[in-house]
Amino acid sequence: MSDLPVVPHGIAELDLVGVRKGAYGVSGSGDTSGFGGLVAPIVMPGASTPPFGGWFDEIAEELALSLLDAGVSGAVEKIVIDRGEMTFYVKPEHLISFMTECRDETALRFEMCTSVSGVHFPEDKDRELHIVYSLLSITHNRRIRIEVSIPDTDRHVPSVVALYPSADWHERETWDFFGIIFDGHPALTRIEMPDDWVGHPQRKDYPLGGIPIEYKGASIPPPDQRRSYN
Amino acid sequence: MTATDFTNTDPFSGSDDTTAGTVYNLGGSDWDSIMGAPEGENGRIVVNMGPQHPSTHGVLRLILELEGETVTQARCGIGYLHTGIEKNMEFRTWVQGVTYVTRMDYLAPMFNEAAYCLSVERLLGIEDQIPERANVIRVMMMELNRVSSHLVALASGGMELGALTAMIFGFREREIVLDIFEMVSGLRMNSAYIRPGGVAQDLPNGAEDEIREAIVLLRKRLKDTSDLLVGNTIWMARTVGVGYLDLTGCTALGMTGPILRSTGLPHDLRKSAPYCGYENYEFNVPTQTTSDAYGRFLIRIAEIHESLNIVDQCLDRLVPGPVMVADKKIAWPSQLSIGGDGQGNSPEYIQKIMSESMEALIHHFKLVTEGFSVPAGQAYVPIESPRGELGAHVVSTGGTRPYRVHFRDPSFNNLQGVAAMSEGSMIADVIAAVASIDPVMGGVDR
Repeated sequence: MSDLPVVPHGIAELDLVGVRKGAYGVSGSGDTSGFGGLVAPIVMPGASTPPFGGWFDEIAEELALSLLDAGVSGAVEKIVIDRGEMTFYVKPEHLISFMTECRDETALRFEMCTSVSGVHFPEDKDRELHIVYSLLSITHNRRIRIEVSIPDTDRHVPSVVALYPSADWHERETWDFFGIIFDGHPALTRIEMPDDWVGHPQRKDYPLGGIPIEYKGASIPPPDQRRSYN
Repeated sequence: MTATDFTNTDPFSGSDDTTAGTVYNLGGSDWDSIMGAPEGENGRIVVNMGPQHPSTHGVLRLILELEGETVTQARCGIGYLHTGIEKNMEFRTWVQGVTYVTRMDYLAPMFNEAAYCLSVERLLGIEDQIPERANVIRVMMMELNRVSSHLVALASGGMELGALTAMIFGFREREIVLDIFEMVSGLRMNSAYIRPGGVAQDLPNGAEDEIREAIVLLRKRLKDTSDLLVGNTIWMARTVGVGYLDLTGCTALGMTGPILRSTGLPHDLRKSAPYCGYENYEFNVPTQTTSDAYGRFLIRIAEIHESLNIVDQCLDRLVPGPVMVADKKIAWPSQLSIGGDGQGNSPEYIQKIMSESMEALIHHFKLVTEGFSVPAGQAYVPIESPRGELGAHVVSTGGTRPYRVHFRDPSFNNLQGVAAMSEGSMIADVIAAVASIDPVMGGVDR
């Protein structure tokens, strides 16, 4: 695509997750401005290239070495350094061995998995569902993010509860909200929604819900159907 | 259909046969009705406690398997206060998001707002542009909020263990802090005061003196509360050695905040990853080594004093200046004032946009209805809330609305420790253990 925005400094490639159409996020309205025809790519910060600077290089090298020792290759898709935060994009099949190294390797020592959550990108083909883990090392006072992308048609990812028991409820919540199945989780049940709920509410194809509000004869649609900006 | 005589029978009691066995529903004075009932399979008795129970710290449901009065298994049921805040935020502007997040952990609204705003500011790349005065006010409001939150932890925890005087004292002192919030932001709770780029408005005239006076009063009254409970034989009998969770357990279960510090580890994000200028303040991180409910209680008492010291330092550091970033494309254009009919936009501002500057009106309209765009990316800025690590994982795709906001709420994570803290103990100790976690269900369920 030739009309991509200028590549930000220090970033090697761009990560396209969707396309933004129009200026106001609505379609079918009587647009006379011409802005309704706008098409723009939605681009997330892409892979960074070493040297990353600071302790990022140290972590990346240690991880590469210990993964090599463990006989794992090709686990990391890319490393993104953005806004002072480090994100490893890991292939789902290597997630467990990757996390094991993060936890057990003395030089890394990420003792805590503080959070697991999901992000749904319906237009990111075959990578619709992203699972985001946040690891904290109190020993070294460092924090990394691990992101795993899986296709919506095969929503399986290995559970890390055996490694980090704290991920238990977080994974249940991610299943509840996104329908991501964590293989090996001891009891993957709904946690926030009622047990018999149908659907996974944080997915982008799940409507917000709501009813129109009527005021003096005029009707205002619910928030997710309103004319809005994107 | 025969009419049931509800004057003599309770429609909510009796027994039902389910796939899991016979379920007995008890309403209170009908305990005798199950005394003759046969024990379940292998003598298992599973008691459902909550979600409407005065001592489960909100709408927390505890599912306890009992052997006599000993808890053999404990599980939590949550979700009774799930309101879909994170989903709703995806349909509002970035600034409107503040009014949503403030309602999550309703005892620590300033922390929710700060966590969200810090992440949004990191995405916007304006972290270095936040005015000094805004940062000082943020720290001051957060520390006052820590005081009020810990006071409720002591108050409701005390109430759950039968120390009603502690409850009266705690809520009375909390009013002092809430009065400050009302004076500064206009609202006692859910203030939406901290906004992306700074704070909603400057401190009102005379606020600094009133806060100084309030601190003097708080220090004096806090002595009453601590005199009442610290070393109190009954209080210690209920809390010492109860809800034990050591450092290994805390690490495995991702515990942070007073629970982690009660194991002796001085982990505090204000020290290890300072934000809002915390590196410029002098304060201690109180720890205990008992890993129990009493240790957490002592930590909370000590943290209140540390927080008040920080507020003192904030008042000394306050110098006149802006409270919102200079970037007019982000800063909220209007300032609030109090008129004859309540709080609203200031008359001078209305005068300006309605009769003086067409461009100012357009700018106001664009910023208020459309909002500002946030560059694509993701950010997570954790802060030390009264309950531990609170952080907002905020994802933007470059639009005027958040693409995804996920709150890592400490209460949600810490409740996972209930089983480890209370299995094998007496049923009464479950109450003390949950109270020492101090979960706020608004934050747990979001």
